[in-house]
Amino acid sequence: MSIAILKTGALATVQDAGRYDGAQWGVPRSGVMDIPAWLIGNLLVGNEPDQAVIEITLGGFKAQFETDCLIAVTGAIAPVTLDKQDIGQWRTVSVKAGQTLRVGFAETGARMFLCVSGGIEVPLVLGARATDLAGGFGGFQGRALKAGDALPLGEPQGPAPHASVRPPPRGDFLRILPGTEWSAFTIAAHQTLLSEAWVVTPDANRMGARLAGLSLPLAQPLEMTSHAVHPGVVQVPPSGQPILLMADAQTTGGYPKIAQVIRADLWRIGQYRPGEAIRFIEVTLGEALDTLSAQRRWLAQLETQLKWRASRST
Amino acid sequence: MNPVIQPLGDTALVLSVSATLEDQRRLWIMQKLLQQQFPAWWVVLGVGNLTVRFDPMIEDASVIEHGIELAWQRSQKRMEVASRHHDVPVVYGGKAGPDLARVAEHAGISPAQVVERHAAAQYVVFCIGFLPGFPYLGGLDPQLATPRLDKPRIKVPAGAVGIGGAQTGIYPSASPGGWNLIGHTDLRLFNPAMIPPALLAPGDTLRFVPTEVRA
Repeated sequence: MSIAILKTGALATVQDAGRYDGAQWGVPRSGVMDIPAWLIGNLLVGNEPDQAVIEITLGGFKAQFETDCLIAVTGAIAPVTLDKQDIGQWRTVSVKAGQTLRVGFAETGARMFLCVSGGIEVPLVLGARATDLAGGFGGFQGRALKAGDALPLGEPQGPAPHASVRPPPRGDFLRILPGTEWSAFTIAAHQTLLSEAWVVTPDANRMGARLAGLSLPLAQPLEMTSHAVHPGVVQVPPSGQPILLMADAQTTGGYPKIAQVIRADLWRIGQYRPGEAIRFIEVTLGEALDTLSAQRRWLAQLETQLKWRASRST
Repeated sequence: MNPVIQPLGDTALVLSVSATLEDQRRLWIMQKLLQQQFPAWWVVLGVGNLTVRFDPMIEDASVIEHGIELAWQRSQKRMEVASRHHDVPVVYGGKAGPDLARVAEHAGISPAQVVERHAAAQYVVFCIGFLPGFPYLGGLDPQLATPRLDKPRIKVPAGAVGIGGAQTGIYPSASPGGWNLIGHTDLRLFNPAMIPPALLAPGDTLRFVPTEVRA
């Protein structure tokens, strides 16, 4: 029971929720860049929601199934075909052994998730199946996938709902709260951060995205010791050009943090392609928590619905 | 410096104290206290600061803040931190330490004296971060402080021993890096197959032991 990788595109890795306990040893979280897409994809194929999947960056991916299984491709919107037949996304699809899946280039968003019944069965390393690219462990042999890899699949876990889900819109903005060093920046820097369209540069990967735009100056030079950082932090190195930290962000850093993307919007940060512009909107803590609460409710209701449908499909 | 607690977004609180060894020692104790008392919190140590990450739908920030304040107060009573000492064998200079001469020149002493001073100090692990298993070490002889390279190397090998500004450390895995490389150790600092995966822990002490000095 396996999947043969024929083409990976820019980057394809095995990911799950990531390593939540690793920070004490300097181990980044890693894990999927878009938690809702991963969660829903797993539910669509009848998996427990925490299974490992393949995260595809920008597209250009091709794989052949060696076994009958169920799949769902979630995340960014891209042309997806099975033996050249359009199969769409965010829905349960039955696959026969020998069929070939192609994921073309993303039209909206940047990262797609190939979720397969049984999950990608790679060993747990430090409590997760996620690939730590910088550390070279976890995932499939601790590295990005390449053509010729054969990924083992786990046993299918339960009935699948055979359903489709409407993808949540990514939008063109990220909601932020002030970072711990917000007040160390000039008033002009605050205004610039909130008014500028920040273009994702080609210098963007799973660790972080360097954003191009005006410079964000500090009010005065700031000597900082190392402190914890995590996905969604907007940090500003001496160049004044902000960096938006992503899932593979190192656990500590030394640059001032001007802002933090709210928890409810973390799934969006990895869904921008190089060349696209991000706008930041400041919200209150209350708004951030209300948004998170609404998002959790939406996910919980979807989970209940999909499990109910799965139970009726047997 | 008075302790300050600030929010970082909707899911973290940051306690900042001073970057002295005395305060850092209290942070080590705090980390242990918090991990025992609140296993669901994610506690990350920095240098002179400690961050608690939490799920705001489950925990209330004011409860976390109170927990941090209490733990900081309790850390004042001198509790022993279980710590270990490590001797780190190092080959200095040559291909193992291509920037040894640069550090010597900056300090105005000979490469042999750089090695002597670097190996004379007893270092303390302030915290682990940046890379898996990477120790932030306190105790570098101020005369050895050397500015980072203008152009960082694309690849610094695992086991490289370097000086960056007023800090010295060991790269646990290959990575890009701008530190001046003065030597190399075969000691493995990080092994994901072990629990704990990091050889060093906050509060540990460390000495560099020269096994060879190359020109």
